[in-house]
Amino acid sequence: MESIGLGYLAAGFGAALTVIGAGFGIGKLAAAAMEASGRQPEVAGAVRTSMIISAALIEGATFFALVICILLALK
Amino acid sequence: MTLTSFAFLSQETDSLRIVEEIGTHAPRAEHGAGALFAELFEHVQDSHDMEIPLFGHVHLPQFPPIEIAGLSIDLSITKHVVFLWIAAVMLGAIAVAAARSNRKRSVPHGLGNLIEVIVVFVRDEVAIPNMGIGGIRYLPYLLTTFFFILIMNLLGLVPYGSSATGNVSVTGGLAAIAFVMIQVSAIRAQGLGHYLAHFTGGVPWWLTPIMVPIEILGLFTKPFALCIRLFANMTGGHLVLVSMIGLVFLFKSYAVGVVTVGFLVALNFLEILVAFIQAYIFTMLTAIFMGFGILAGSHETHGEQDH
Repeated sequence: MESIGLGYLAAGFGAALTVIGAGFGIGKLAAAAMEASGRQPEVAGAVRTSMIISAALIEGATFFALVICILLALK
Repeated sequence: MTLTSFAFLSQETDSLRIVEEIGTHAPRAEHGAGALFAELFEHVQDSHDMEIPLFGHVHLPQFPPIEIAGLSIDLSITKHVVFLWIAAVMLGAIAVAAARSNRKRSVPHGLGNLIEVIVVFVRDEVAIPNMGIGGIRYLPYLLTTFFFILIMNLLGLVPYGSSATGNVSVTGGLAAIAFVMIQVSAIRAQGLGHYLAHFTGGVPWWLTPIMVPIEILGLFTKPFALCIRLFANMTGGHLVLVSMIGLVFLFKSYAVGVVTVGFLVALNFLEILVAFIQAYIFTMLTAIFMGFGILAGSHETHGEQDH
């Protein structure tokens, strides 16, 4: 009983920490990209493309962690 | 409120077990809300039952699992398989119609024009910047992937529809094709010897026992990330929509209903955006991973394209 409860707790905490990290990362990324395209509007397209790619890579790492959390909650 | 009619019929649904488990766990937790969510979750997960307007529920054919080398493979037709086929037929029809309309006149018009805009975007913004001018050879694969994923994603937003990309088996299959394309393009551009030499990563010889397994693992993590990313984004979006709808039935209040419907409209627009972005991301990342191999092959000639 206790071990199952702790598993759920770990899954919840893990998901929360993952989302905090991902939100922080993507937030920093978006801030830097906005600043860059504000300074140099002529390269805004290239900045947006590389921002989306980096956001997708951060998101991918986040999803790995979230899958681990789901597995914790189900086992 | 008798929304508790549907239990989970399919014991042997292999795909999307995660969502199914959530659904089957829910009734145990709390009686009314759990059964409600179980009923709503049925629309997100794969099932042997399909809901068709005017026809009601249709039970799809189910075949006994095939045993191959100790693995039992269930090849029965499920809801997601049907929508996969619908997407494939639609993709073929749209592509042929667009090509035919563009062949007839010199200036693109209507459907042909719409498709041409996206084709030119994928060619000029995705293929050439990432794979060089030689990447045009792989443009048909990228375009097929892009439109196939896009149509599957958008089918999930149609009433009575279901998106096949919300199934980890489908995205796994797409990622497997991407894996093959990445390796084939790398071998073609670099030659087999150069491709195999790449596994050592240019480290001293005594580090190769550590380096080679890491490089081989690195080959598989990229398509795995593609698979999980698409699956999680589509399933996650649908689960959010289902949860929002569930709130209406949970609170049984007009005020909550009005607010929730407003949110739902906004979230549906967000889902349209996500459908396009995820198709774009999948294609873009495949192009980048293929570009690593292709540009490594032509490193001597076009050094300035590498950065």
